[in-house]
Amino acid sequence: MSQSNSLNQHTPLEYSTEDGRLKIFGFWVFLGAEIILFSCLFASYMVYLHRTAGGPTPDDLYDVKEFMIETFLLLTSSFTCGLGTHELRRQNKMGVIIWFIITLILGLGFVGMEIHEFVDYVGEGAKLTTSAFLTSFFTLVGTHGCHVSLGILWIIGILIQTARTGINAVTARKLFIVGLYWHFLDVVWVFIFTVVYLTGMVL
Amino acid sequence: MKRIKTSFKLVALSVVFLLLLTGCDVPVLQPQGPVGEQQYHLILWSLVLMFIVIAAVFILFGVIVFKYRASRKRTDNYEPEQEGNKKLEFIWTIIPIIIVLLLAIPMTITTVNLEKNPSPEKKPYVVYVTSAQWKWIFGYPEDGVESVNVLHIPSDRPVKFLMTSEGAMNSFWIPALGGQKYTMNNMSSTLYLEADHPGKYLGKAANFNGKYFAHMNFNVISQKQSDFDQWVKQVKTHSPALTMSEYNKLIKPSVVDVKTYSSYPKQLDTKLENMMSMEHMTMKNSGDMDSDMSGMKGDESHE
Amino acid sequence: MSNIKDYLLHDFFVTGEPMIYMADVSIVLVTIAIVVVLTYFKKWKWLWKDWLTTVDHKKIGIMYILAALAMLFRGGIDALLMRVQLSAPNLHFLDAQHYNEIFTTHGTIMILFMAMPFLIGLINVAMPLQIGARDVAFPYLNAISFWLFFVGAMLFNLSFVIGGSPDAGWTSYTPLAEKSLDPGVGENYYLLGLQLAGIGTLASGVNFAVTIIKMRAPGMTLMRMPMFTWSTLITSIIIVFAFPVLTVALAMLTIDRVFGGHFFTATAGGEPMMWANLFWIWGHPEVYIVILPAFGIFSDIISTFSGKKLFGYNVMVYSMVAISVLSFLVWVHHFFTMGSGAAVNSVFGISTMAISIPTGVKIFNWLLTMYRSRIKFTVANLWSLAFIPNFVIGGITGVMLAVAAADYQYHNSYFLIAHFHNVLIAGTVFSCFAGLTYWWPKMFGHVLNERLGKWTFWIFVIGYNICFLPQYWLGFMGMTRRTYTYASGLGWMPLNVISTVGGFLMGIGFIIMVYNIYYSARYGERDTTGDPWDGRTLEWATTSPAAEYNFATVPEVEDIDAFYDMKKKNKVKEWLNKPIKDIHMPNNSGRPIIMAGFFFVAGFGLTFEWIWLAIAGLVGVFITMVLRSFEIDNGHHIHKEEVERTEREAGRIS
Repeated sequence: MSQSNSLNQHTPLEYSTEDGRLKIFGFWVFLGAEIILFSCLFASYMVYLHRTAGGPTPDDLYDVKEFMIETFLLLTSSFTCGLGTHELRRQNKMGVIIWFIITLILGLGFVGMEIHEFVDYVGEGAKLTTSAFLTSFFTLVGTHGCHVSLGILWIIGILIQTARTGINAVTARKLFIVGLYWHFLDVVWVFIFTVVYLTGMVL
Repeated sequence: MKRIKTSFKLVALSVVFLLLLTGCDVPVLQPQGPVGEQQYHLILWSLVLMFIVIAAVFILFGVIVFKYRASRKRTDNYEPEQEGNKKLEFIWTIIPIIIVLLLAIPMTITTVNLEKNPSPEKKPYVVYVTSAQWKWIFGYPEDGVESVNVLHIPSDRPVKFLMTSEGAMNSFWIPALGGQKYTMNNMSSTLYLEADHPGKYLGKAANFNGKYFAHMNFNVISQKQSDFDQWVKQVKTHSPALTMSEYNKLIKPSVVDVKTYSSYPKQLDTKLENMMSMEHMTMKNSGDMDSDMSGMKGDESHE
Repeated sequence: MSNIKDYLLHDFFVTGEPMIYMADVSIVLVTIAIVVVLTYFKKWKWLWKDWLTTVDHKKIGIMYILAALAMLFRGGIDALLMRVQLSAPNLHFLDAQHYNEIFTTHGTIMILFMAMPFLIGLINVAMPLQIGARDVAFPYLNAISFWLFFVGAMLFNLSFVIGGSPDAGWTSYTPLAEKSLDPGVGENYYLLGLQLAGIGTLASGVNFAVTIIKMRAPGMTLMRMPMFTWSTLITSIIIVFAFPVLTVALAMLTIDRVFGGHFFTATAGGEPMMWANLFWIWGHPEVYIVILPAFGIFSDIISTFSGKKLFGYNVMVYSMVAISVLSFLVWVHHFFTMGSGAAVNSVFGISTMAISIPTGVKIFNWLLTMYRSRIKFTVANLWSLAFIPNFVIGGITGVMLAVAAADYQYHNSYFLIAHFHNVLIAGTVFSCFAGLTYWWPKMFGHVLNERLGKWTFWIFVIGYNICFLPQYWLGFMGMTRRTYTYASGLGWMPLNVISTVGGFLMGIGFIIMVYNIYYSARYGERDTTGDPWDGRTLEWATTSPAAEYNFATVPEVEDIDAFYDMKKKNKVKEWLNKPIKDIHMPNNSGRPIIMAGFFFVAGFGLTFEWIWLAIAGLVGVFITMVLRSFEIDNGHHIHKEEVERTEREAGRIS
């Protein structure tokens, strides 16, 4: 099933084996499913936006400074993740590890801020059980947060493997796929930023 | 067109024949009012078209399966490499499209009509419908009375049902008078029905709402206006009043008998009115018959 | 101490029902019997090495089908219990609560744990062979899919004896399914059982799509694929786009029930109707997930047993694509009666009717496939032929239901029940039986007995018509679905009795089929050629049952119906004698079943709202994933000498 690992000048390492090509393509298909998943959550959030049941409204909760920093952290991490993939193409192991570690730190910062944000909200009496609006808010943003957290654990695992075995067809494929995942989460955040936070501030 | 009408009659006749055969009430096919009648005609029309399709497919199927069985004597009509036929495939794409159009147009017309007062020249009588676990509560705001598990309506007059639900949703269905609509918590829906004659019909809960769902049948008693007024008067004099605490007890899950109440608390009206504010606003704003279009706007609450 | 005892007797174990005690006893007995038999025949190692840890698509397919047959039995028993209860007015064979649980489990099991896994099983068995592949794209993931489905099904079925069954219908409409109106763990079982199985299905969808797009034999362009493979590809794409919606809907209701959220509650701004929308945005495509593979199976079988090319291949493909697109645009027709207004209802009515156009085209193409052909009435083909008229009745009544204004009179009545059983049984169930008979030799190396198969066929088909045709009329008489009993004097009894008789006939048909499986295993005709039906597609080009590696050398495809083409051009021998190379195969792994076990623990924990247990289960899942990621698994090679030996033993090379 797998072909030789011989390097072709034009084929990136992660695409050099049948296994790699299949898995990368499969991951794209999976991302298609993820898009649908988040679309449903976004649609629900829009439905429930004004159903605050006397509880806190978006206006009461969202803090511009906080979500701007979160956005900054995640967008930057996407950039550094891209640089990591760039180093992957150059087969520079140290470069890959360094950039992915920076990505990790930024990601951790993002998750930390989000947890802080959630704790704050709950302290203000805005709990998941308060109103339909808050249920959908915590579900949408929380699902994204869970994805990011899982991504962090995933990157850690793959970095350990890369450090151990170096850059080869397997680790290259894994790094590339986790990069896709990370960029995807970044795109989802752009939508959350727009649909949830900006819209919440305006409407 | 004439041929369609003849086949229409043929189907109608065979349906009636089947009715006689079973000797039972088949309320959907024996409509007792203009709403059910419109739906009945639509059902018949779709049956006619569908019988044509069935006949075509079944005949073709029978002939082909018989004629081309492997054990047949003739063997010269065997064409294993035949791949398709553009012309034929085009034909059987076009024919279903035509059939769909023949159905879609009357469907749209009837669907629009059903949102309106079926007899626009008459003022509809309003009944509030509330489904609960496992009973139906009917309010008659014009007369101030209330009944449970029995519905009285004046005959030969459109009835406008303003419907909601306590707790689980349900569906209000009187097969002999016409099709159903959901009753939903915190939401209102509107349904017009009309009974041509005095009579007693079966009322059904059509959407499962828990354990004793099966016991949510009710009788619909359609009476001449004078008899109806008589009934109201009788309820007013003989039945107890419905208090708020009694109402709160009533909407708890239980199976109850038929009940009538001489009056009901104002709060219930307010509660319903708030929920149905859309309908009421339109009703109050225009005295003319257009107000009956309000049913179409009645569902903006769940967009 | 007495508290625990109290809890176990009143809340944990379902008590007070003789039928459930019987189930308890039979579960224990069957388990003991299995353990004893396995130990006595020293089969534990065989079971573990050959089956439980397998990543071979053919074996996974067989396990799917076995599980589906077991679920068909459970769902069928549910159905017969309901039919008995309804055979006379005011019967007390089942009480209200029990009846409500049974129609809920019947619907859920038949759709999600019977129809889908049966078809996914057949896909697993046949599709990789049809495209000339060695396995699916991700064999390990395939095993995970199966075990997730399996633990999902087991979790759902566990509700019968532990904690209580769900009782809000397979549609589980809110707010009825919310905690306030439906306390207890029954609905949680529904949510978690479906969630686990749903994740497995989603993975299958990705897996099959990638397999078909990327792993076809050389020369097999998209427009040369067998129709069953086409239907699988389209189904997989529908799965990828529809199942996340179910995942979200189930998760939302779980959040409501377990964590006190307000998505679908009647209070705090919740919107119960959101559930109906989300459910059917998944639910309608789901209908096509279980019908399109059926279309594929019928296409292949009708063409094979007519000894003729499929009529209008291209149009068959386009019509399936059209159906798949339309399937996402019709969900509102499940609740025309919600009162969304005439415009919305008319649009969705028309889009629903529009599905009949490509479907009608397919029907005529199947009919014309048989025109000027030689139809052999084998059991597989009988099921396919019976599908056409029976499915047309179901399809026709579907169009009638699509007429929004008329639907107000059919909605939730037995007319609807008759309609969807008519499409799902004549479509999906017939196709499962047809496919089972057709591919049985490919799975087990012997054909099923035709005589017994015909008995099954006639009894089942006749019973099915007796069962469901009267129900259309019951709908006109005003009988609503999910009603556990009805008053006397409505005149509903005669037709209900007829319907019950039909139901039992179907049951008898099923028993004969099971006997046939046993009989054929012992006395059935062995298939030594690998091509018992004069097949047209590549699965018949290999041995029966197919070797682990499927094909010693990958076939080259030059036309639609690749194997028929090869036979016609006398190229089979030439292909078989091509030089054989080492074959790379994936390794078996015990991790999928262990991971699924942890998923089960997590699901069970959430069902009982024991969050600590759910977290423990999820941690287990995570650890198995990490272990997999750190494992270096390059598969293994089957050496060419071994392949040559196998092929020689099968008499395929000299």
